[in-house]
Amino acid sequence: EFRRFSLERSKPGKFEEFYGLLQHVHKIPNVDVLVGYTDIHGDLLPINNDDNYHKAVSTANPLLRIFIQRKEDADYSAFGTDTMTRKKNVLSNVLRPDNHKKKPHIVISMPQDFRPVSSIIDVDILPETHRRVRLYKYGTDKPLGFYIRDGSSVRVTPHGLEKVPGIFISRLVPGGLAQSTGLLAVNDEVLEVNGIEVSGKSLDQVTDMMIANSRNLIITVRPANQRNNVVRNSRTSGSSGQSTESSLPSSTPHVLGSLLQEEESDEEDIIIEDSGEPRQIPKAAPTSESIESLSQIELLHESTQNGFLPSSEMNSNHSAGSISMEYEVPDPGRKALEEDGTIITL
Amino acid sequence: LSQTVEHGFPHQPSALGYSPFLRLMVIGTRSGAIKLYGAPGVEFMGLHEENNTVMQIHFIPDQCQLVTLLDDNSLHLWSLKQHGGASELREEHRFTLKGPPGSPPSATQVTAVLPHSSREVLYLGTESGTIFVVEVPSLRVLEDRSITSEAVLQRVPEDNCNRRACELVEALREHPKNPDQILIGYSRGLIVLWDLQNNKVTHHFLGSQQLENLYWQRDGSKFISCHYDGSYTQWPVSSDNRQPEPLENTVPYGPFPCKAISKIYWQTTKNGLPYIIFQGGMPRASYGDRHSISVIHGSHQTAFDFTSRVIDFFIIFSSEPSAEFDDPAAMVVLAEEELVVIDLKTPGWPAVHPPYLASLHCSAITCSHHVSNIPLKLWERIISAGSKQNIHYSAMPWPIDGGTNIAPDPPQRDLLLTGHEDGTVRFWDASGVCLHLLYKLSTVRVFLTDADPNDNMNTLGEDEWPPLRKVGTFDPYSDDPRLGIQKIYLCKYSGYLAVAGTAGQVLVMELNDEDAEHVVDHAEADLLQDQEGYRWKGHEKLKTRDGAVRFEAGFQPFVLVQCQPPAVVTSLALHSEWKLVAFGTSHGFGLFDHQQKRLVFVKCTLHPSDQLALEGPLSRVKSLKKSLRQSFRRIRRSRVSSRKRRGGGNASEVQEANAKFDQDALQEMELAPVQRKIEARSAEDSFTGFVRTLYFADTFLRDSSRHCPSLWAGTNGGTVYAFCLRVPPAERRMDEPVRAEQAKEIQLMHRAPVVGILVLDGRSTPLPEPLEVAHDLSKSPDMQGSHQLLVVSEEQFKVFTLPKVSSKLKLKLTALEGCRVRKVTVANFGSCKTDDYSENDLAVLTNLGDIQIISLPFLKLQIRYPCIRKEDVSGIASCVFTKYGQGFYLISPSEFERFSLSTKWLVEPRCIVDMPEVTSNNHVHNKSGVENAARKSSSFSYSFVERKSGRLMEHALLNDEKVLKEIQSTLEGGR
Repeated sequence: EFRRFSLERSKPGKFEEFYGLLQHVHKIPNVDVLVGYTDIHGDLLPINNDDNYHKAVSTANPLLRIFIQRKEDADYSAFGTDTMTRKKNVLSNVLRPDNHKKKPHIVISMPQDFRPVSSIIDVDILPETHRRVRLYKYGTDKPLGFYIRDGSSVRVTPHGLEKVPGIFISRLVPGGLAQSTGLLAVNDEVLEVNGIEVSGKSLDQVTDMMIANSRNLIITVRPANQRNNVVRNSRTSGSSGQSTESSLPSSTPHVLGSLLQEEESDEEDIIIEDSGEPRQIPKAAPTSESIESLSQIELLHESTQNGFLPSSEMNSNHSAGSISMEYEVPDPGRKALEEDGTIITL
Repeated sequence: LSQTVEHGFPHQPSALGYSPFLRLMVIGTRSGAIKLYGAPGVEFMGLHEENNTVMQIHFIPDQCQLVTLLDDNSLHLWSLKQHGGASELREEHRFTLKGPPGSPPSATQVTAVLPHSSREVLYLGTESGTIFVVEVPSLRVLEDRSITSEAVLQRVPEDNCNRRACELVEALREHPKNPDQILIGYSRGLIVLWDLQNNKVTHHFLGSQQLENLYWQRDGSKFISCHYDGSYTQWPVSSDNRQPEPLENTVPYGPFPCKAISKIYWQTTKNGLPYIIFQGGMPRASYGDRHSISVIHGSHQTAFDFTSRVIDFFIIFSSEPSAEFDDPAAMVVLAEEELVVIDLKTPGWPAVHPPYLASLHCSAITCSHHVSNIPLKLWERIISAGSKQNIHYSAMPWPIDGGTNIAPDPPQRDLLLTGHEDGTVRFWDASGVCLHLLYKLSTVRVFLTDADPNDNMNTLGEDEWPPLRKVGTFDPYSDDPRLGIQKIYLCKYSGYLAVAGTAGQVLVMELNDEDAEHVVDHAEADLLQDQEGYRWKGHEKLKTRDGAVRFEAGFQPFVLVQCQPPAVVTSLALHSEWKLVAFGTSHGFGLFDHQQKRLVFVKCTLHPSDQLALEGPLSRVKSLKKSLRQSFRRIRRSRVSSRKRRGGGNASEVQEANAKFDQDALQEMELAPVQRKIEARSAEDSFTGFVRTLYFADTFLRDSSRHCPSLWAGTNGGTVYAFCLRVPPAERRMDEPVRAEQAKEIQLMHRAPVVGILVLDGRSTPLPEPLEVAHDLSKSPDMQGSHQLLVVSEEQFKVFTLPKVSSKLKLKLTALEGCRVRKVTVANFGSCKTDDYSENDLAVLTNLGDIQIISLPFLKLQIRYPCIRKEDVSGIASCVFTKYGQGFYLISPSEFERFSLSTKWLVEPRCIVDMPEVTSNNHVHNKSGVENAARKSSSFSYSFVERKSGRLMEHALLNDEKVLKEIQSTLEGGR
């Protein structure tokens, strides 16, 4: 079925409202659907959150073609780069999926999870018993959702086994980011937070460090369960970024999407001048940065002196910030979806 | 970092001692500290390693030595020795009395200590009744000289005394004229005079009442005993009657049952009428809860009534052996919470204003503010205002005046202002070692409170019995917590003072040298503005007094702004040049023009979802506080009854049980899993609108060509607001309104509370204080180069450019170290080598109690010192920095610790205690009839006289350490 209706370009509203509108105009209120659109390059791209919805609306020229599929018989392979050129007729793909009886692709993720929520990084430089996990706290409402506690662990030292105090994950909140990644578990020992060793720090200090880094949290843990460790067969992979090692055991359910943005920077502060529009605060002179990074490197170096991580190989990526930012400043332009556009049913 | 001196009153004092010879007083505390005080500036501190309660302190007569008894029954010998030109207090020996194997602990439990005037031995009375003799300074027991109860009982008629009569030695007193005789008082009432030469009882006095204490009359012909039933008894001592009857037995506050008299003095005077001074003895039923010391002199009788428990007291009297009479000059009373000194020479017995040991907490301290380098003019005016308040004090010079202060004069005049729960602000001279009260300001007068100002405790008429008189200033019970002072800002150039309190009140004051009666202009600032549907559940605002109010000379309020809702004021800034005051609460902030007396604007910072801030969490806190206060009152009452260690076994059992309980509770706490939630901060968190900091700056807010006055505010949710102000020029200041317009709003994405905002000028120097330039005390700021904005949140330091805000630099403290900023200030560090170098840095106190110095403008961490224990939350919260790298924080409710980060400015006690001239007749031993023990010491004192003869010479010698050591060893050898 085709429907044609209008939207106000300057006030597209939220994705949920748009989704509701689609269900409404198609009279399919309780059917789960996948929504996609064709961008200017002819690619079929998903619409499943506010960001890509707004992006889609902004590309309308002036028409925006939107494709809706039932979730249960959706063809995920229809999405992605070159989809429209690869398959001559995207419509036929979408509308007649029965024609393509070939084996379905391995479903790696639901489209709404396309944005990375977590990754294992630095696999190549860490001991196999350790895992460095990066949690991406975007604008999602999903809480980070874990708790830490004091505890003690046994270390091998030149003087034999020694019991040393440590920090452990004590609880995962159901439905939280930490739990949903499957990369962290109760009783995992926390060794580092964003490149800073936690040994010698109190529970409260570590708590503050984690919260201070909560928008881009990189935790190095020694998993309580050592059976799912990455088994390395070569040291050929690059030194930075997340790992997409193929040797990951299939039992780890998460997967890493395409996340190669290593933007320098963390959260950008926002400024509103003369009660105008909020905008990010830009960086000033570059000279200052060198000073700053210098001090960071010094500190990093210091903190790894007595660690059991190979400090020389330490990569400085973990001190880099997150890749995204959110706006929570009340935006005067962002209001409830206004349904003043006439709905035209074809 | 050096922690230099403790100001204020020692927390939980437990013992008092005095040396009439050195004219030094010593106070021991329950944490094992001893503090010596003499002339102002002369202070020493010592700490027992054991951290046990100090039970008793005794000076060795005519020596720079003292002995302490701790509650673990250990004895410690301390001495004052000169080292490097200044005296130091050091522990020399420690010793615990050991009984024969198998004897019960009570056999050696020391109850009374008598340092003998021969300076050779200590007599230690014990619970078992045996008196042990210990040699000084070696602290070795001389077993053959012990006085056992068997020996005492030999001469006492058997029908009067059984074996138990000699249990527990309550008091030991040396005969004032004959060092060979000591008076021994046993708890059950038996008193004997013991002859040390012949080792036998010469007299015995059969008291029927349980004994508390003894005191000799100066000539040794009589002594006085005081008892558990509130009576005292005089006993004659003469050679003809070996078992005299009492001369007089009095129950001063009878006839109804009275409480014990625990200590008594009998002081002779030239006019013949003695002073009888005793502690306690009040009628049990009606006045049993009073902490009193009574002074009786002829027909004059006053019972000084203290607001806290009396720990101990002593009388300063003529100690010259040649003097015929005691002629008491002053009474020094150590109460649990304050030191009170009463002038006994001036009629009416007024109190003496102590130059130190101020009770900082006479009402709980709620905030403090430090102002460095006060101009002389303002200083004098504050002192003059304060002196008018102190007219009821005695004019007597401070009687405890031993030692010499050799510290250099304080480099500048510094004021420490403390705000208190009862609505007062106290101005302290914080320039030197003695924190001295200059002036007390009360804001209560502006408001109508439930408490009637005339309703003080001193309403007893002249014929009232007992003749109680309230003394001291300690009164921790504020009747209206809304009066509490929360923020203080003093402009030292103009004398404008702004104070803000718990119920949203902001007062602007001016210094006036005369009393005045005037109306306080009153305005209300509705910080919620158009926000609707909110209900404030906290306390009501304070009611104001209508019409003109009379104010005494000093700071007099002329403007009152009350915030609505009346939440506690969380930040305050005053600009004396622009005549503006800014204030903030958990709801928003406002700006008031105190020249035109007009509210310029208000800004609500509240997040719509923040219900907690709206309801006023204080409503709950208040009721909790009230109940706490009541339970403190109860505790205070019950403490009195359980004071004495009588029935010792029982008490220690209770103590043990308590300790065990504490330990169990502690263990339980440790076992409980402590976990911390890791969650990002969100805009919806509570108290995001709480205004943490306000700052005035003349800077480039809108464009780089014109600078203008501006007001900056930072909130708990990481938001910074900047308002552009238009202040009319001076000539039209009254005609045109001050205008404000919001120019910028910065949201820090890490959302940590903003605790400091600062603008750096073109030379990267912090902007000067208002009027600082006008008074030629600062270079004018550089308005050519571009200005920078420094925003300090609890987690990060960030520098932004101005006027276009772009981020330039940052230091992510929390992410790197896991600590958070609690206090931050700009401190100027001068070089101790050269006068022309100084630099500005940030002094930062973190939640871990560390102090970090961070450079400006590059935000590089320079150095870090551990300063306050991280568990000491109130210590960290109370910390104030000075402008020149010193600081103060509370180590107890009543004591400020002073510290210094600066090599240049260091205020610490440095003093010398010289042995006073030892004249031959100063020693009773040098009189006729001295036995051999004393003779040795006379030769020693001779060598001393010699040393003292040339004072000039001595001074030269003192600077030479080698010579000093030699003198020391000679002295020790001589002993």
